Amino acid sequence: MDIAKLRRMADQIAVNFAAIGHDNAVLATADHIKKFWDPRMKAQIFADDRSRLSPIAAAAIDKLAAGADPAPQTGATDFNEVDEVGHMDAG
Amino acid sequence: MGYERQKDFGTPEVESDEMVTLTIDGRKVTVPAGTSVMRAAAEIGGDIPKLCATDNVKAFGSCRLCLVEIEGARGTPASCTTPVAPGMDVKTQTPRLEKLRKGVMELYISDHPLDCLTCSANNDCELQDQAANVGLRDVRYGYEGANHLGEATDTSNPYFDFDASKCIVCSRCVRACDEVQGTFALTVDGRGFASMISAGQGVDDFLSSECVSCGACVQACPTATLQEKSVKAIGKPERSVITTCAYCGVGCAFRAEMRGEQLVRMVPWKDGKANHGHSCVKGRFAWGYANHKDRITKPMVRESIDQPWREVSWDEAIGFAADRIKKIKAEHGPRALGGITSSRCTNEETFLVQKLIRAGFGSNNTDTCARVCHSPTGYGLSTTFGTSAGTQNFDSATKTDVFLVIGANPTDAHPVFGSRIKKRLREGAKMIVVDPRRIDLVKSPHINAAHHLPLQPGTNVAVLTSIAHVIVTEGLADEDFIAERCDADEYAEWARFVSDEKHSPEFLEAVTKVPAETVREAARLFATGGNGAIYYGLGVTEHSQGSSTVMAIANLAMVTGNIGREGVGVNPLRGQNNVQGACDMGSFPHELPGYRHISDPEVRGLFEKDWGVTLDPEPGLRIPNMLDAAVDGSFKAIYIQGEDILQSDPDTHHVAAGLAAMDCVIVHDLFLNETANYAHVFLPGSTFLEKYGTFTNAERRVQPVRKVMEPANGYEDWEVTQLLANAIGCEWNYTHASQVLDEIARLTPGFAGLNWDRVDANEQLQWPVNDKAPMGSPVMHVGGFVRGKGKFVVTEYVPTDEKTGPRFPLLLTTGRILSQYNVGAQTRRTGNNVWHDEDVLEIHPTDAENRGLKTDDFARLASRAGETTLRVLVTDRVAPGVVYTTFHHPDTQANVVTTDNSDWATNCPEYKVTAVQVTPSNGPSEWQEEYADLTAMARRIETMEPAE
Repeated sequence: MDIAKLRRMADQIAVNFAAIGHDNAVLATADHIKKFWDPRMKAQIFADDRSRLSPIAAAAIDKLAAGADPAPQTGATDFNEVDEVGHMDAG
Repeated sequence: MGYERQKDFGTPEVESDEMVTLTIDGRKVTVPAGTSVMRAAAEIGGDIPKLCATDNVKAFGSCRLCLVEIEGARGTPASCTTPVAPGMDVKTQTPRLEKLRKGVMELYISDHPLDCLTCSANNDCELQDQAANVGLRDVRYGYEGANHLGEATDTSNPYFDFDASKCIVCSRCVRACDEVQGTFALTVDGRGFASMISAGQGVDDFLSSECVSCGACVQACPTATLQEKSVKAIGKPERSVITTCAYCGVGCAFRAEMRGEQLVRMVPWKDGKANHGHSCVKGRFAWGYANHKDRITKPMVRESIDQPWREVSWDEAIGFAADRIKKIKAEHGPRALGGITSSRCTNEETFLVQKLIRAGFGSNNTDTCARVCHSPTGYGLSTTFGTSAGTQNFDSATKTDVFLVIGANPTDAHPVFGSRIKKRLREGAKMIVVDPRRIDLVKSPHINAAHHLPLQPGTNVAVLTSIAHVIVTEGLADEDFIAERCDADEYAEWARFVSDEKHSPEFLEAVTKVPAETVREAARLFATGGNGAIYYGLGVTEHSQGSSTVMAIANLAMVTGNIGREGVGVNPLRGQNNVQGACDMGSFPHELPGYRHISDPEVRGLFEKDWGVTLDPEPGLRIPNMLDAAVDGSFKAIYIQGEDILQSDPDTHHVAAGLAAMDCVIVHDLFLNETANYAHVFLPGSTFLEKYGTFTNAERRVQPVRKVMEPANGYEDWEVTQLLANAIGCEWNYTHASQVLDEIARLTPGFAGLNWDRVDANEQLQWPVNDKAPMGSPVMHVGGFVRGKGKFVVTEYVPTDEKTGPRFPLLLTTGRILSQYNVGAQTRRTGNNVWHDEDVLEIHPTDAENRGLKTDDFARLASRAGETTLRVLVTDRVAPGVVYTTFHHPDTQANVVTTDNSDWATNCPEYKVTAVQVTPSNGPSEWQEEYADLTAMARRIETMEPAE
């Protein structure tokens, strides 16, 4: 796949999390990519040169490449459990 | 059901806590205070004669046919305009009333053609009924005097005629246009005997007037004056079937009125909870595509896309497709396969397509057209509220005091709900519009928005944050709501963020181009004006910060306490009929039905046990990534049901390259659409009139789709998916869509309480429907948020990468027009083309003058991605520096120009911001010429010589 596009996607995620602070943004970026990217996209960005990424994105990819499995960092990555109505619940 | 007219109570339903008991013809009846005597009588089965009254418009009291006698009251008051009173004793049928009514009818009939036997409304005419009801046997005045019998018929509208000779000037059409539709296109012209119904100005006919062809006047007409051409051509319906419109996300309920297997007309169903008997030009009239000559009803295959199509049997087509799928899977693995579900198809069909991909193909490469419209809604609302859906029902708008409409144009894209908004505005509610264009909700007859914020495209987050800045810094936040319902620490952090001076309207004015004082006034109104409701559309989601904008909207609702009751809320207006359903059904590559992540072993286990397969635990590819992977060579085959990604998705060149790179493209559709130019297998689809299932509308309402005629292609769409699934080794044996719904309910907690019996009973429930909410959930987050506390999210404004400059100095934004729908595959094959037969480019007079362009000139529209040509409309509806067009016509193909920029969280394309240049042109672009040749080549169908 077009690695430039994958870099841009990762950087775009990172910059939109930047406002929550570097460390949190790294975790949130890693969590996002872990939950939403297809394996071939992950493999390709893991193999890419980190210096081509923004610092937050690079740190997030480092974490994932090292096998990290971050806990959900946003409501959007905190998915329903098997019997949970959750996202479909009236509250 | 057999054919019978919809029950008409004569005057609208009244809501009141006070109940009144009266006696009508000796029978006691109790109704809400304010109810008319006419309606009270109808409630107990009475049928007071009437002509000018109908229950979707206010009482008028002009025909004098509904007179009654009331004990102790003088005269014979009109029952439609007389409210009930405690102890009232009403007589609806007396010799005196009989005489009066007969006299009234005599006058009407003296100026009405006596051609009942050949009239298209014969046996379906209220005038005829009332003549019979009052026992009219002759007319003493004769027919030789002055009359209107020679008046001409206006046939200009493609769908209905106006036969003035049959008009009784009851004004029901005028009032329906005013009160129901809110267009004010009709009037009673002249006085006394010269009174005539007139559309627009004196020089206008219906087509040239402001009439939007919603059909409300036709439905209101008690005679054959305003009548569908289809009724004139075919005759009176003999049966009707309740079903759900297949156009936008409003989900209007219709009666498909039939003769045999022929659809005579679609009439909005009064008991439809989304539309309450109203309709728009698309749902009401634009169904002719269903039997259009372009429709493909036989399967076709070809070895490669440069060959002509070859018509084959279903067995051969399915076998051809299955062989290719199996071969690719064997050679490249399951992740080389994928598919796209359709928001135009039913929940059951969508569920089966994602099941086919996950359980049959063996990958999670399933995505849906919601990717390119409302995927940021799922992300944004899940993050903030814990739900992937709008919070209200449409009726909630009747309790709204301040509307904030951002990035949506409801009067064009969701017309029936647009009319509901306009009605509420006429009742005194206030409107704030945030949109680069001056849409009709800014200014139109009897509509005048309190504030219009004509922002620079791409600055939604900046505008919403500046509104929040005003609310927080001016002390307008609803502190009690926030303390009770939201996370305190997150609120404090967010409040600090928005309070920063760099988020003030004054600081951001240079970016947003919205005057700071306008932002401040709008913010104050939204925070202090009573019930505030936010409605938004693709002008929010289709941006590089689409998800951030949705979260900023949710922040705004929470900071003002506008969540969790009627009249308020955050409401995504879904573009297609089943966007909500497609998302609910697990169409996205990372989650199974019910918004449960594919990586969760317990979730996977549930489905694996039910389906008897092992599922891939990794997320699949999104649509744009599928195309990238195809170009890259790792994605080889796709099954596309009911979508036309070549026309609808951005950066056409890239979509075409992706499709062309695949070894197997299976298109399952009604027509040889643009995507089919690159297909190897074409599986003919069925229309919404030819199948059973359910749609889920924008208010989470699950409604029935019913088969009213046999599929022209031989199969309902879910059956075609099942054929393909079984050909690759699945062992499915569904015999009715209801069995798929049962499976959905079995596997999806929010649908646990749904089944076909409830759907078939027209309960029209809003999910979640389960033990906790057995009757569904009209308003969400009552008393608390799903995730516990509402989450305020800091949404930093990040400008888009798409910048204007010397080469591309203007910003293009795209959208929809009333008469056309999405890629136009359906509406372009109907009479709707009379209003819009080509995409045009709206450009501000200053920008046009600078380029030497006039209205109707051809212009070249170019971006970094590509170029096309189209005609120009010079209008100040768009701001200087902004141009606008639609994407309904493949000859124009606006998406040749749009780029592959997308939302940071969901990859929803940034359709709404493209830097462009506009220059005069004298002919089609090179791409347009090449594409015309390609289309001609790609649509060849080999004709076989008959055997000797």
